[in-house]
Amino acid sequence: MSVQDVLIIGSGPAGYTAAIYAGRAGLSSFLFEGGEPGGQLMTTTEVENFPGFPLGILGPELMQQYRKQAERFGTHIQNEIITSIDFVERHFVLHTSQNAYEGSSVIIATGASSKWLHVPGEEIYRTRGVSVCATCDGFFFKGKNVGVVGGGDAALEEALFLARFVNRVTIFVRRDELRASKIMQERAKENPKIIFSWNTEVLEIIGDGQKLTKIRLVNNQTQEQNTLDLDGLFIAIGHKPNSEIFQGILDLDPQGYIKCESGTTKTSKEGIFAAGDVIDHRYRQAITAAGMGCMAALDAERWLSSQQKIY
Amino acid sequence: MKEIVLSTENFDTIISNPDIPVTLVDFWAPWCGPCKMMGPIVESLAEKMTDVQVGTLNVDEYSEIAQKYNILSIPTFMIFKNGNIIDQFSGTMPVDVLENRVRQHLG
Repeated sequence: MSVQDVLIIGSGPAGYTAAIYAGRAGLSSFLFEGGEPGGQLMTTTEVENFPGFPLGILGPELMQQYRKQAERFGTHIQNEIITSIDFVERHFVLHTSQNAYEGSSVIIATGASSKWLHVPGEEIYRTRGVSVCATCDGFFFKGKNVGVVGGGDAALEEALFLARFVNRVTIFVRRDELRASKIMQERAKENPKIIFSWNTEVLEIIGDGQKLTKIRLVNNQTQEQNTLDLDGLFIAIGHKPNSEIFQGILDLDPQGYIKCESGTTKTSKEGIFAAGDVIDHRYRQAITAAGMGCMAALDAERWLSSQQKIY
Repeated sequence: MKEIVLSTENFDTIISNPDIPVTLVDFWAPWCGPCKMMGPIVESLAEKMTDVQVGTLNVDEYSEIAQKYNILSIPTFMIFKNGNIIDQFSGTMPVDVLENRVRQHLG
């Protein structure tokens, strides 16, 4: 297979925007979709704050539009997961379980994935009552009692979505206040189906072997423990960057985010650029990820021409 | 082979088809983003494989089957052999991962 100008890892807003800009700049490219094709927007419903869609757009629909636009400019989209990266002479080589791809430059847009609680029982009852995606799994809890763990916008979004059809949503918040934006706090507090359990941490997830039935909780102020009967538990405690395969190759910060030269998408390795949630712990929006994807494609194009690697 | 659209009427007959004992079932719904991404992947696998039946079950339309199999998360995949569940897994994955998972149960 011929050497591509740019290999793009990831299929969220950053990856597809990089592909659109690379394609329009006449660069040949492959884009690798990875383990969660379309990225985090695939597990959302209505996106209300993406400019250009005054009435909102469904997250999965937005990602299908990104994909179509990237395809229009010639990117080859591969439904594969990159497992490692190395260097041969002047090229980068990306490996999947079956193939290897060569490129003159690489754009990393691997994003971030949901964090889990890492408490006993979670692994067993994952997909059997424990979920990180209310829009995927909420449907199975019609009329039931569910919990949401977390205090940010994502947790309240999950809770508000679930409150449309479940009996009751209890939000377990580690602190005695919410991190979430004011508008989301107001919406959640006004909803009669949503109740808050403050200073509360989940200690254990308990089930009947088939599915989750209750959880064990602790009040982190009084240390008092109790169990609560629940049908479903949705975890929304944030995300971790998908940067494992770049450890030892690129400079990462202590949380695992890829470090870039300030104001650019240049990583510590020349010819490798990074964009989106894998470098960004601050903004984490579709629109900022897309912006960074654009920057990465422009940075890659400039670097390729400076190296006279565009033939 | 072509993908089979499963329903209450044909579910049990398909998963116990004596001619092709192994069946992969994709439990999905139209409102599930990850399911939409898996749709074309499952379809391409169906067309590629000749020794396995591949079926899709819309849990919205046939919730009684989803309930019977304790589906609490989608996309969920179940592999049946002669009508019995022999494997179950959930979430999105590339086509080669899905194919390898199915092939383990052949022969």
